[in-house]
Amino acid sequence: MTTRTAPLIRCEHVSKRFGHKRVLRDISFTVAAGEVLSLLGANGSGKTTLLRIVSALDRPDEGEVWLGPVPLSSATDGIRRYIGVVAHAPLLYDRLTGLENLDFYARLYDLVKPQRRIEDLLRILELWRWRNESVRTYSRGMSQRLAIARALLHDPPVVILDEPDTGLDRDSIELLTALVAHLRLRGRAVLTTTHSLALAQRWSDRIYELRSGHLHHLACPDRNTY
Amino acid sequence: MNYDPDTCIIWRVRIVIPTEERARGCCRALAGGLVWGPHAMMTELSGAEGVTHREGGIGAYLRHVWAVAEKDVRAEMRSKEVVGTMAAYSVLSAVVFGLAFDLRVPRAELVAPGILWVIVLFAGVLGLHRSFGSEVDRGTLAGLLLAPVERSAIYLGKVAANLLYFLIVEALVVPALLILFDVNLVKPIVLLGLLLGTIGYVGVGTLVAALTSRNRARETLLPVLLLPVLAPLFISGVGLTSVIVDGRADAEAWPWLGIIGLYDALVFAVAFLLVDVVWENS
Repeated sequence: MTTRTAPLIRCEHVSKRFGHKRVLRDISFTVAAGEVLSLLGANGSGKTTLLRIVSALDRPDEGEVWLGPVPLSSATDGIRRYIGVVAHAPLLYDRLTGLENLDFYARLYDLVKPQRRIEDLLRILELWRWRNESVRTYSRGMSQRLAIARALLHDPPVVILDEPDTGLDRDSIELLTALVAHLRLRGRAVLTTTHSLALAQRWSDRIYELRSGHLHHLACPDRNTY
Repeated sequence: MNYDPDTCIIWRVRIVIPTEERARGCCRALAGGLVWGPHAMMTELSGAEGVTHREGGIGAYLRHVWAVAEKDVRAEMRSKEVVGTMAAYSVLSAVVFGLAFDLRVPRAELVAPGILWVIVLFAGVLGLHRSFGSEVDRGTLAGLLLAPVERSAIYLGKVAANLLYFLIVEALVVPALLILFDVNLVKPIVLLGLLLGTIGYVGVGTLVAALTSRNRARETLLPVLLLPVLAPLFISGVGLTSVIVDGRADAEAWPWLGIIGLYDALVFAVAFLLVDVVWENS
């Protein structure tokens, strides 16, 4: 019995330029439910731009991105409920505590009784002890873990991770790896960027590289080695 | 539903996991020896109470407005970054104006209305550029824009928080003018005019602050764009305050109030039309 479902993310012929510089050229790929796709690439290769387009923060000059059956170009604000993003910046308010940050985002995402979900995530990401501490007292790794909790708070079917391993120590990377495995098992479509080929091989079903604005297929790691 | 994967991919067959128990087992297997605490908890998360969303509509919209405003006020209560700066600037300005006009102006009533509105105008610029500027500086603006929230709700939340900051500052400026100039501005029509004028100012100021927030020169760009737009409000505010301070009939103040009310209505109509465009490609 196969689970090859219709893709949750479908990127079709996407191009983007900044001034005269063409950052993305005719990019096409899909990510199905329960699949993890990793993007590698040098700094400035366009990984973050592509992720911003897929997360509906930016618009392509050409092409279209579909989330399930919905084209992002004509989607309403509600489509964002189905996307969870870990961005370069942690997107957290440093004057608020970890708990207050998650509570704020839970309200923006209209979650009903989010306390249990918040507690689960904070415990899993080993931040429960510091939940009432101001985020500005958090280390880089703690902020990144809280950013991951924020992205997963509303249990989105599409998860976008832009270099999520940034600032994480070895144990936290193991935790993140397990989390990505868990997301795959729960049928989430995960699109991630990283500079670490080793990590990409551990996480991913497919690995692509962005080079000169084009997407090059690198590998399909064997999941048995996971 | 099947579909063709990218041709360059050698596709593997994936097995559906029919039960939670199998999922847990498979999860452990995929983790390849990751048998420590947090991972076990993670599998339990999938069995936890499901994440459910409230229905949308006007209730959700108002909750979003309230959430943004409350977040801003809570952060401000801890940092005192905006109100502290605005309040210090306002009181110091009142003192400086007091010293300057004490020498040459025969009656303080002649200048007090102008001083009140000038202080509010310039103190407001100081606070407004932090409204979205701090979100840009701390990289949190994307967090707001990624949420399934109407842009106008974010805008209105910011307006509500800014309005509170302005009113706190005005609550300091009005008594300061009473002490320094011996002019009593605590009169219902003056306060109503000040409130309506502040709403209009905050409405247009928050919109322009959103427009300029991602510009490196936002500190200078904001007043350059904002002050000309505020001219009708400023003139009406000074006119209304002068009527009352001069002791003329209240009826003479109503046209000024009408202009301020019309200005407010126009500001928010334009803001609701523009607010989506402001954050295009943010």
